[in-house]
Amino acid sequence: MKLLHARLALAAIAGREIHKFLRQPGRLASSLVRPLLWMVVFAAGFRQMPDLGSVMPFDPQLDYRLYMVPGLALMVCLFNGMQSSLAMVYDREMGVMRLLLTAPLPRSYLLACKLAGGAFLSVIQALAFMILVVIWSIGLSPWQVLTALPVLILGALMLSAFGLVLSVYIKQLENFAGTMNFVIFPMFFLSSALYPIQRMHDAGAVWIYRLASFNPFTHAVEAMRYALYGQMATLSIVVIIVSTIVFYMIAAAGYDPQRGLVRNTRGG
Amino acid sequence: MSTAASLFPDTLAITNLSKSFGARRAVDDVSFSVRAGEFVALLGPNGAGKSTLFQMLSGLFVADSGHAMIAGADIGQDPIAALAKLAIVFQQPALDLDLSVKANMQFQSDLHGIARDEAKQRIEHWLNRFELTERASELCRQLSGGMRRKVELARALLSEPSLLLMDEATVGIDPASRAAIVGDVKALCRERGMGVLWATHLVDEAESADRIIVMAGGKTRFDGTPKELIKLNGHTQLTPAFLHLTRAEGKP
Repeated sequence: MKLLHARLALAAIAGREIHKFLRQPGRLASSLVRPLLWMVVFAAGFRQMPDLGSVMPFDPQLDYRLYMVPGLALMVCLFNGMQSSLAMVYDREMGVMRLLLTAPLPRSYLLACKLAGGAFLSVIQALAFMILVVIWSIGLSPWQVLTALPVLILGALMLSAFGLVLSVYIKQLENFAGTMNFVIFPMFFLSSALYPIQRMHDAGAVWIYRLASFNPFTHAVEAMRYALYGQMATLSIVVIIVSTIVFYMIAAAGYDPQRGLVRNTRGG
Repeated sequence: MSTAASLFPDTLAITNLSKSFGARRAVDDVSFSVRAGEFVALLGPNGAGKSTLFQMLSGLFVADSGHAMIAGADIGQDPIAALAKLAIVFQQPALDLDLSVKANMQFQSDLHGIARDEAKQRIEHWLNRFELTERASELCRQLSGGMRRKVELARALLSEPSLLLMDEATVGIDPASRAAIVGDVKALCRERGMGVLWATHLVDEAESADRIIVMAGGKTRFDGTPKELIKLNGHTQLTPAFLHLTRAEGKP
């Protein structure tokens, strides 16, 4: 694969994702409304209740709304990852996937282009959300957003890779409601996005606590929370990177012609 | 390599290709070739294994055994080199309906790594050739079925392939557009010395082919000129000759 070829293909595949995104202003709007609803409506009543405890890396007096920032920013990425995989399932039904799979490029590179396009859109939307929070002036500084950006990018890559895996195993668009219930919601709720997972443990829900502590989404949230306060959560960052690689490899295996998804789209 | 072979090199050479799904042998020990500049019709009833064969030729499936060489590259061993020489128009349309005609073509030329200046010229050339220039900036959604097929054909030719696979490419298209597409492809085949493998279940599309390969039940039943096929069992028309062949061996 020549460099020019690689560059053109990346521009074509990632560019198409971005082009589609720009044509659907509703998508940006809903990606902003979703986390803001949590932050404005959910937190309105809930912020008095949770005792965040002496959770690192901030002091216990922290505004609950600020606690939610990393979890909600990554929720934006999680939904965008799902949206990208929805687009891939749609491409498969519309036949465009065949065009991609018969391009003279390694399959792994095609997936990497998809990953790059999806992660880029996730980062843009999550940043837009955080900028709104900065403007809202409840205590998030632009500087914090900047220090968290590298971890946000890692998290977005991981969740886009997760989206690629979903696209392999979801055979039809209709299955997306199921995906929301069985994959997206558990991933979000079984994490430290809304309150520290230590609280699950304290409440005696030890097995939920254990599940949450193995959830890569928890690690993404924690890594970003630390990054927002200028600290590095090394273990969590390692978990994010390893999860990204594992998800990517599962997806690549799924698109392998010997056992991949195209087997099921056979004609007569 | 003999002189005759190098004058008309095989652009597609299939040897003993097989693929099973469970116990069913969808493609069963198929061997044939297509030479450069040759228009070969792959004629067979629905379910004959044509689509499975095409999916192996385009690298979407891996064969259980056998080889397919496209312009000298084995699709199983070196798929990227083989795919670079290959263009496919799928039975199922594969256009992004929300992109313009031109954008769809640009997408393909980028996937094939054609430099932008060169791509621009080629896109203009093929749009012009298929009389699509006026509709270049329209969304594909707004085009008729026949037009969409033309766009797909024009797009397939951007990479200047050695072999063009047409998989039941005229399904669902009115007879006039159908004839026009067959005529266009045949002309291109001569002009560019491109090999064409045209899968169809319509006998009239195979009539003017250089060669017909009849496929039924996953096997090739015949490989020869249309005239030879007619004479094979003493018929005078292609349709009964074809039905004779597929009925005699294709069904229990």
